[in-house]
Amino acid sequence: MKFILKPLLMVAAMAMGMNAAVSLPAWATLELNVNKGNVEPMPIAIPDFQGELGAQISEIVTADLKRSGLFAPIDKAAFVEKITNPDAAPRYEDWKVINAQALVTGSVGKEADGRIRAQYRLWDIFGNQQLAGEQFFANDANQRRVAHIIADAIYEKITGEKGYFDTRVVFVDESGAKNARKKRLAIMDQDGANVRYLSDGRAIVLTPRFSPNRQEITYMSYESGQPKVYLLQIETGQRELVGNFPGMTFAPRFSPDGQKVIMSLLRDDGNSNIFAMDLRSRSTTRLTDSTAIDTSPSYSPDGSQVVFTSDRGGGSGRSQIYVMGGDGSNPHRISFGDGVYSTPVWSPRGDLIAFTKQSGGEFQIGVMKTDGSGERILSSGFQQEGPTWAPNGRVLMFFRDSGGGPKLVSVDLTGRNEQPIPTANYASDPAWSPLLE
Amino acid sequence: MGRIAALTRNPAMIALVAALAITGCASKKTPNNAADLGLNGAGAATPGSAQDFTVNIGDRIFFDTDSSSIRADAQTTLGRQAQWLNQYRQYAIVIEGHADERGTREYNLALGARRAAATRDFLVSKGVAANRLKTISYGKERPVAVCDDISCWSQNRRAVTTLSGAGS
Repeated sequence: MKFILKPLLMVAAMAMGMNAAVSLPAWATLELNVNKGNVEPMPIAIPDFQGELGAQISEIVTADLKRSGLFAPIDKAAFVEKITNPDAAPRYEDWKVINAQALVTGSVGKEADGRIRAQYRLWDIFGNQQLAGEQFFANDANQRRVAHIIADAIYEKITGEKGYFDTRVVFVDESGAKNARKKRLAIMDQDGANVRYLSDGRAIVLTPRFSPNRQEITYMSYESGQPKVYLLQIETGQRELVGNFPGMTFAPRFSPDGQKVIMSLLRDDGNSNIFAMDLRSRSTTRLTDSTAIDTSPSYSPDGSQVVFTSDRGGGSGRSQIYVMGGDGSNPHRISFGDGVYSTPVWSPRGDLIAFTKQSGGEFQIGVMKTDGSGERILSSGFQQEGPTWAPNGRVLMFFRDSGGGPKLVSVDLTGRNEQPIPTANYASDPAWSPLLE
Repeated sequence: MGRIAALTRNPAMIALVAALAITGCASKKTPNNAADLGLNGAGAATPGSAQDFTVNIGDRIFFDTDSSSIRADAQTTLGRQAQWLNQYRQYAIVIEGHADERGTREYNLALGARRAAATRDFLVSKGVAANRLKTISYGKERPVAVCDDISCWSQNRRAVTTLSGAGS
């Protein structure tokens, strides 16, 4: 099956109905402020969409919204009105009595040319009006994507934030005994569906990361014997080595413009420094030059700064988080809590840095402001690491080993909504794609 | 000394001694401890073989948590390794650096590399030719011990000297 990551040509959105959502006075009545400290999930009613594929699509929409922790889908058994015409205004009173704040109706049909047509309407029950209505066309292979796009639209209309459901995750699929783990690159939808393998498992592969254009990933592989950083075109499977360095290269990430890969390069003395390589000119820039471990670099969204892990501070080799300019200037430590910090990742919104912290025999996933202040731990466990940001900067995914092997977990910025990501095998090193377009 | 008698009855052993005599190396082989004599119950390994190295010399050293310093016990092992490697010069050597699971993946790749380099540098300081030595880090990706407690972690924080090239 051909894997479509290109802009989804077959999906066309058009507003339906008279109302333009953004200009509605009812906005104030149906609003979920995700920036408040304690968000009560919004009760939302999502009856099965009409049409042969309708229920499948609305189930996916429901699952997305539920897993976000911001919505509480109401049990369908409680519904009073049976929706027969998804385009007609509902009987608002029937939905008020079950305390639905929002109602989503929709239908899915097949066009003469074989395409799927999916449409939805979002109703503000206590405002007695339609908030949004759109329809989408897609080919068969993109059924699930249509559902995710609808979920993103609803999420955005109600929270005012971009959604993150129409996204993918690249990760390392792990199988076999712990001392002989087979590790394969794999890619799937953010909800665990549509898994596809990108490597055969003969060589150890680690730390895949998406390019901003979503078409390629950079990762580390032992396929040549020496561990090296590679680029992989997802659709064609074409691979290439990044740079021609003598030693191990590892911990790669793209720059926000996709033009550079920043990574660690092992020096002959056993220490690791950070380099950036321009993918077009092939020129490399050294960003650190220390007799310490400098690794896990991650650019700020504007590319002007880099956050990284280093044990340059000494103290029995404990690693901490540092920030420097995009040219390597002015490196300074920002983590000062009680513990060992690593794997810093800059939020796509620019406001926070996610990290792994080892403290008190535990591994914690947390966030701090970019100056190191305001540290908050979102999740603790015996063994967990490697956060990656959802493109809206509101949810993190990481991997946790509770014994046996690692599995993927997501947690939102409140730390209260932790969700397992289903995978067939053990899974590690998740990296979230940007929003698909 | 029954073990030595048993070894000399082994045709493979006899053949190897003959080969070493030709290269002039055999005279340097002066058994001076129990391990050299193969008295640890695994002495069937042919001197100069990879098995001999692993079993009688010791192919690995261990590190303290988050450290790449060569401990005193490791210095003893590496001293034996250097002596053996200087005697059996037909081998190329790859030193694998490993870390336990109590660190993040990328940091542990760097830590394993640093341990491998420290091991390499120690062997070079004991006279092993630098051009015979390569290093590779496996981070925490290749544990030998797979329980989830301290006894395993200490076995996984290791550098393993592996032999390649002729004779292995």
